[in-house]
Amino acid sequence: MLDQAIFYLFAGIAVVSAILTVTRRNAVHSAIFLITALLATAGIFLQLRAEFLFIVQIILYVGGIMVLFVFVIMLVNLDVAVRQMQFARQKWVALLISLALAAQVGLMLWSSRKVPGHGVPVLNAVPADKLPPNTEAVAQSLFSSYLLPFEIASVLLLVAMIGAVVMAKKRT
Amino acid sequence: MASNTTTGAGEKQQTLLGADELVLNMGPQHPSTHGVLRVKLKLDGERVIGSECMIGYLHRGVEKIAENRSYQQFAPYVDRMDYVAAVSNGLGYCEAIEKLLMVEAPPRARVIRTILTELQRIASHLLWLGTHALDIGALTPLFYCFREREEILKIFEKYCGARLTTHAFRIGGLQYEAYDTLEKDVERFCQAFEPRIKDYEDLLTQNRIWLGRTKGVGILSAKDAIALGATGPVLRASGVKWDIRKAMPYAAYEQYKFEIPVGTTGDTYDRYMVRMEEMRQSRLICLQAIENIPSGAIMAKVGKVLKPPPGEVYHAIEAPKGELGYYVVSDGTVQPYRVRIRPPSFVNLQSFDYMVRGHLVADVVAIIGTLDIVLGEVDR
Amino acid sequence: MQAVTQATMEFVKQYWAPLVCGVAIVAVLPLIVGYVVLVERKIMADMQARLGPMRVGPHGLLQPIADAVKLLIKEDIIPDEADKLVFWLAPVLSVGAALLAIAGLAIGPAFQIAKGINVGILFVVGVSAMGIFGIVLGGWASNSHYSLIGALRSSAQLVSYETAAGMALVCGLLFAGTLNVTSIVEAQRNQGIWFGLLAPVAFFTYLVASIAETNRAPFDLPEAESELVAGYMTEFSGFRWSLYFLAEYTNMIVVASVATTLFLGGWLRPFPRTHGLVDLIDFLPPLLMVVIGVYCLIRTPKQPARVQQLFMLVVAGLCFALALVLAAPVLATPVLGPFVKPSLAAAVKPFYEGIHGGFWFIFKVSAYIYFFMWLRFTLPRYRFDQLMRLGWHFLIPLSIINVLLIGVAMIVGVYYHLDGWWLLLATIPASIIALIIALFILALEQKSEPRKASAPDSYA
Repeated sequence: MLDQAIFYLFAGIAVVSAILTVTRRNAVHSAIFLITALLATAGIFLQLRAEFLFIVQIILYVGGIMVLFVFVIMLVNLDVAVRQMQFARQKWVALLISLALAAQVGLMLWSSRKVPGHGVPVLNAVPADKLPPNTEAVAQSLFSSYLLPFEIASVLLLVAMIGAVVMAKKRT
Repeated sequence: MASNTTTGAGEKQQTLLGADELVLNMGPQHPSTHGVLRVKLKLDGERVIGSECMIGYLHRGVEKIAENRSYQQFAPYVDRMDYVAAVSNGLGYCEAIEKLLMVEAPPRARVIRTILTELQRIASHLLWLGTHALDIGALTPLFYCFREREEILKIFEKYCGARLTTHAFRIGGLQYEAYDTLEKDVERFCQAFEPRIKDYEDLLTQNRIWLGRTKGVGILSAKDAIALGATGPVLRASGVKWDIRKAMPYAAYEQYKFEIPVGTTGDTYDRYMVRMEEMRQSRLICLQAIENIPSGAIMAKVGKVLKPPPGEVYHAIEAPKGELGYYVVSDGTVQPYRVRIRPPSFVNLQSFDYMVRGHLVADVVAIIGTLDIVLGEVDR
Repeated sequence: MQAVTQATMEFVKQYWAPLVCGVAIVAVLPLIVGYVVLVERKIMADMQARLGPMRVGPHGLLQPIADAVKLLIKEDIIPDEADKLVFWLAPVLSVGAALLAIAGLAIGPAFQIAKGINVGILFVVGVSAMGIFGIVLGGWASNSHYSLIGALRSSAQLVSYETAAGMALVCGLLFAGTLNVTSIVEAQRNQGIWFGLLAPVAFFTYLVASIAETNRAPFDLPEAESELVAGYMTEFSGFRWSLYFLAEYTNMIVVASVATTLFLGGWLRPFPRTHGLVDLIDFLPPLLMVVIGVYCLIRTPKQPARVQQLFMLVVAGLCFALALVLAAPVLATPVLGPFVKPSLAAAVKPFYEGIHGGFWFIFKVSAYIYFFMWLRFTLPRYRFDQLMRLGWHFLIPLSIINVLLIGVAMIVGVYYHLDGWWLLLATIPASIIALIIALFILALEQKSEPRKASAPDSYA
């Protein structure tokens, strides 16, 4: 019962924040609501006993990427964007695609109305108490089975950093 | 190219090349401008590419007032110019009028004048050190410096009744005899002072952050310093060995042995070292002076009403901040025809624009501090 | 309706302790922070040869109350074009992040608000990183160009030093093997040595980075009054400003607690695992309290006013009472042991372990914060570019190389079965080599840097 209440709380915050993010005119307000949406998602991760994902979401997404977003918003003159009309040209295409997505989600929810998880591919759930600590599990798989993708991602990030430094240096 | 708009905040201006220039106003009210100095900085990003000092916020018309006061009546006014080092101002003025009257203060008066002036030099440098360190972020030296300055001000208070605007000297000598424990007080102060200078040096001189903030900041070459008319520690730190106490001695300075500290590069660190060493040398002068104060009269024979013969005189002394000059023109009456004061801070402030070009905004505060300006003197 | 009330009852029954602790923290921490500010002013005064606040209350002890009342009744000024939502939100974010981070700390083996967070240290670090938003949004909401620049500078500084701090924490975590706060301290007890001794370079890096993280001198350019760009806090007055202030000092406490937990052994006494004569260290806490109490008694007759004399007596009494409480281990010594019932000794043991643990933890955190304050009143301020240079060109390479070399040292330790104090044989050389390499990199970078004509940045 408590679990459900907390889940609906986080989910509600996430949905409302997401809607507010795309409907605000002020870019900083959008950023703030995106932060709340990300925090609510982190809360849902925590509920799923994925505490490592929870904290990494906060540290990286909220504490890193959103800080970058907010920096850029503040350093760039956004008054021009505010005065432009939102949802300018492709509104009919956008409407079509979102209707299609909504239909898919609705179909999923409808087919599992009697039996939860019916009609949706679901992995075998493990009782929450039997899960190993999330951090250790992620570390184990990251450094043994997924070592190559990990290294490739690291090199990608390194290349991006070096590129950014080179481009910044070229300007001065 | 000076900007003549006077809005408080910064405005962007397009120069001919299209680069963005920001004009930043460090207003007359600012914790670090040491008085009511207004500085307009032209910035390119973080770097200063030009500056303009706007003074006059403390102008009180002192030189004009002098034309309507008798010579003795004007003496308290000079204290209020460099209010941090009032005794030196008084010394310069009294000696200038004595030159005009062609009298000489008796030897005892000259020695006591020297002692008090050197103590005042130490006090002025202490205040400079405390506030300069505070601007750069060291919170503690301020309180230590003021503790020492308190001792000096106590001596002044015992001598002439005032701490700040002392009016210690009179034309022709001194009014007050040295009080009976003057030598003992001065000696006690000088003995206690040497380890204290070491305290300040321990805090700052070898400190990496202090070095980083002051070395290479505000460099003034010797040629530039001479061309701009800089005097005092600013000139000496740039490598020019010029001190009026040695070059054209006044009061009792030829009797004493002391060194003139000279710097090499003329940056903020050198000016700091020069002033620290000057404090030490002043202490030595005081110690030498109190050993042998000649007895005798303290006032020369000057009449109650001073009517110097018509003529003009320029007399300069080495005030703590530089060359303080008095140009007095007398027309034979009780009131001077013209008193023109050459304040050291006013002329030193000229070099601010040269020193600040190319530095970051955070260095501006350090450079203002290192010039050791007092707005009372700059504006009169 | 029935189900909701039932759910709430079940929630409260299960989680009443953390709830009460949480409320207590939010209520009590501002008072504690107020007294930390008073302590800072007294220490500042002591280092500057003066007395500090003395008027309000005996020896100025009611000063925080007076300050709090003043801040609460001040007029709340909001700049004209400021964004009201963000203006309201920014200090709340700062304070919220700081207070939330307090929830993850462990003061003793049993004093924890949020027990058993598997990612304890990461939680504290991550949540306190959210305080950056409070700064950036506060600067933006002030609708002042200079506040915004000050805020962006401050947050750039925070972000830069966060990397170095995180790497230093990783070093400590290499020894601990877990992120759980309690387990980290237990690991230090098992190894018998504080991790700060095993990895001194990491501790030093975290020390410096944490000073920059909390915007303290010598890294306090963004909030210094004598600088041109007014800080992000300028437009906030009264209660809002006090929230920022509260956030800053709470961050200090959080950062000190993290360093204590990971590097200084948390609630353990020095030499936690060795016994025998070393057990005499357990008597240091009551001895310290007795010494302070005796000092207060000696100073009592010298107080000028009656009320101050009374106050000193009260303080002395409190110190002696605390010493009595802390002296419980006497019951376990061989001296008194035979005279004490074993059941009594067993019942008292966890109790005094908790209290001693709390004492040691608070002692270490206070020492860390005292060091912060000491640095603030001794050192001048770094200029912003010198600050960034120190972070990026020295601390980050140092911490990364340190992690590498400490990892190598650990492998060596495992190979040769070194643990506890023996591991020092492997980690100290690693630390020294890391320091040498980082200094070498710094020297190389300085030599190759083109000297600017008028303002060479001299950091060396």
